[in-house]
Amino acid sequence: MDRLSDIYVLPVDDWIESFVKDWLVPNFRPAFQAIQWPIDQVLTGLDAFLLTIPPFLFMAVAVLLAWRIGGRGISLFTLAALVLLDLMGIWDDSMTTLAMVLTSVVFCAVVGVPLGILAARSDRFQTGLRPVLDIMQTIPAFVYLVPIVMLFGVGMVPGIIATIIFAMPPLIRLTNLGIRQVPEEMVEAGYAFGATRRQVLFEVQVPIAMKTIMAGLNQTLMLSLSMVVIAALIGAEGLGLLVFTGIGRLDVGAAALGGIGIVLIAIVLDRLTQALGEPSLGEEKRSFRGLAMRLVGGSPAADKADESAADPAGPAGAAAKRN
Amino acid sequence: MTDVAPKLEVSGLYKIFGPSPERALARRREGGSKDRILSETGDVVAVSDISFSVREGEFFVVMGLSGSGKSTLIRCLNRLIDPTAGRILVDGEDVAQMDAEALRQLRLSKMAMVFQHFALFPHRTVGENVEFGLKMQGVDRSERRDRALEALDLVELRAWADRSPAALSGGMRQRVGLARALAVDPQILLMDEPFGALDPLIRRDMQEELITLQRRFKKTIIFITHDLHEALRLGDRVAIMRDGRFVQVGAPQAIVDHPEDPYVAAFTQDVDRGRVFTVETIMREPETLVSGADDVDGALRRLHDSGRSGLVVTGADGGANGVVGLAELSAAASAGGDAGALSAATQDVTTVAPETALADIYDQCTAGLPIAVVDKAGSLCGVVEPLDVFTALTGNEGSEDRKDAGRLAR
Ligand SMILES: Nc1ncnc2c1ncn2[C@@H]1O[C@H](COP(=O)(O)OP(=O)(O)O)[C@@H](O)[C@H]1O
Ligand SMILES: [Mg+2]
Repeated sequence: MDRLSDIYVLPVDDWIESFVKDWLVPNFRPAFQAIQWPIDQVLTGLDAFLLTIPPFLFMAVAVLLAWRIGGRGISLFTLAALVLLDLMGIWDDSMTTLAMVLTSVVFCAVVGVPLGILAARSDRFQTGLRPVLDIMQTIPAFVYLVPIVMLFGVGMVPGIIATIIFAMPPLIRLTNLGIRQVPEEMVEAGYAFGATRRQVLFEVQVPIAMKTIMAGLNQTLMLSLSMVVIAALIGAEGLGLLVFTGIGRLDVGAAALGGIGIVLIAIVLDRLTQALGEPSLGEEKRSFRGLAMRLVGGSPAADKADESAADPAGPAGAAAKRN
Repeated sequence: MTDVAPKLEVSGLYKIFGPSPERALARRREGGSKDRILSETGDVVAVSDISFSVREGEFFVVMGLSGSGKSTLIRCLNRLIDPTAGRILVDGEDVAQMDAEALRQLRLSKMAMVFQHFALFPHRTVGENVEFGLKMQGVDRSERRDRALEALDLVELRAWADRSPAALSGGMRQRVGLARALAVDPQILLMDEPFGALDPLIRRDMQEELITLQRRFKKTIIFITHDLHEALRLGDRVAIMRDGRFVQVGAPQAIVDHPEDPYVAAFTQDVDRGRVFTVETIMREPETLVSGADDVDGALRRLHDSGRSGLVVTGADGGANGVVGLAELSAAASAGGDAGALSAATQDVTTVAPETALADIYDQCTAGLPIAVVDKAGSLCGVVEPLDVFTALTGNEGSEDRKDAGRLAR
């Protein structure tokens, strides 16, 4: 008689079960099904695309991209990683995983960045959102796999939804943080020159916060990759499934193969998004056209040279620095 | 001049930060002190019952210590901060009552602002920063660029147009800030401690540059500073602000000559030491000569040993009767050195009270002889060496001493 539960057991498990089974599922299943639709569209499109283009073409494009965005080191690493994936015979699984991760990141960005912006502009919204994000980040993914299966069934899309829940919080947090960290005076400068709230947001706050937002995107990407094995539990395919079945059969080799594939993809994507986060100066370069130009012409090294040339004291300053 | 309507007219302006500004405002109007309001309602009275008007083309400076409410005041003028009460008439139109669109029009074309920490946008080039106001106006790209370059010409930074602001020094950045404001050709320029973050030397250059620009463009300028020298140098009129109020408003000369408030006086002592330092703060122990008792040779020796410019001759009553300098003593010595020669050499001494301002004894110092400091009873309590006066005025002595002297002076 030294436990309270000897007298009475609080039936929390029953409550939650009936909440999910008797209320959430019957009432909202259609709504949840509707959420699935866009995710499914993006995923199948991406997956089919990545699987149909020949590996060599993919490699060529990826290496070129990596070179334009991040420079020579990253492009060489990208090449090596992709060749290795192909050589290990896990190319298709890798592409499926890539499609899955990219889909998750796209939806995280589409939902997370606006939420982060809202949180930055309203203290009340931020206060309300914070515990939700805490819950999303602390509840072990295994716990919400079950209700997800009840609501969405099994397969790739439910796996991506679990991934989104797990991976989105840092993007929201860092978007919020980045915008709040924009110096007050700069925001005031925006208003003082007649900018509207909207203009201040897009001309001042978001661009200045971009580095932090990109750091959030990078985190989201990494977390998405870390979810691929767990998502395999509810029917996601790709490298995660390879690991999962490897564990089930105690096939160390297969599991390790999947693991190596995930790590290689993770490193490449990490470096690329970090390089993308480097701020670029000038309206031209920030525009979509500028981004496109950056991808096809003008080496990234040129930007860096530009920056060092902007030393105020010119050669004298450089000489002073050497001393 | 008085018949011309003012460009900017502020009356009864209040800004109260906190949970219950209306309640705090009522209390403040009943005469409640800032501190009491803060402890009772938790509201901060940042700007309190400020009224002033500024003519077109006038350079109006608001000077006050940190926390006195200057930034709040200037931000009320373009409504970056909404005032709690009061009117802000710009060309007769009340900014405090403007709706969002009218306010935007005002900010777009009539008023521009320069910030203490420059507030340049790091993701834009210098040129794009200067273009910002024009972009908000909807001016098209190529015209924007041309006008930005013109504005950069004014501050001699055209060559930096395509660089990052991060590549510029502090002074250059603020010139970009100035160019950004000038680019929209505003009628009123709001400047919140624009040179406050700059080194003293750069600050002086910037002040000069601003004076030159002002001569040319004759904008109406509201300029905030915490530096009285800067205020006096730049302002056509200066307002001294303390605890959210204007303590004094006037021409720089009037501010220095007739500080209306101990607060202003405390500031001006730094400006005109001669007005603030008193004789008492620099007087020394007197080196005296008792008439009839000392001989010329002894006096010469003592003068030499003490390193003074002269000896004060005292009478039996302890009062100062005269003064002798080295030249007179030497002459007396060669004339025989007796008591008669000594009294013949003695000159009239200037006597001053201990609380006399140094500025009032400049003329007497030119004789090069010590000045006797006598108390109300007429007895000698010290002497002032002319050299000490000039040292005190130029502020060249050790800073420790100066602080002491400053404390003594008030
Ligand atoms: N947003 C704010 N909320 C509360 N108090 C403020 C706020 N802004 C300024 N204050 C207070 O108002 C007073 C005046 O501040 P400020 O105008 O910045 O002074 P200054 O620019 O002269 O240094 C200070 O006591 C400051 O703490
Ligand atoms: Mg301030």
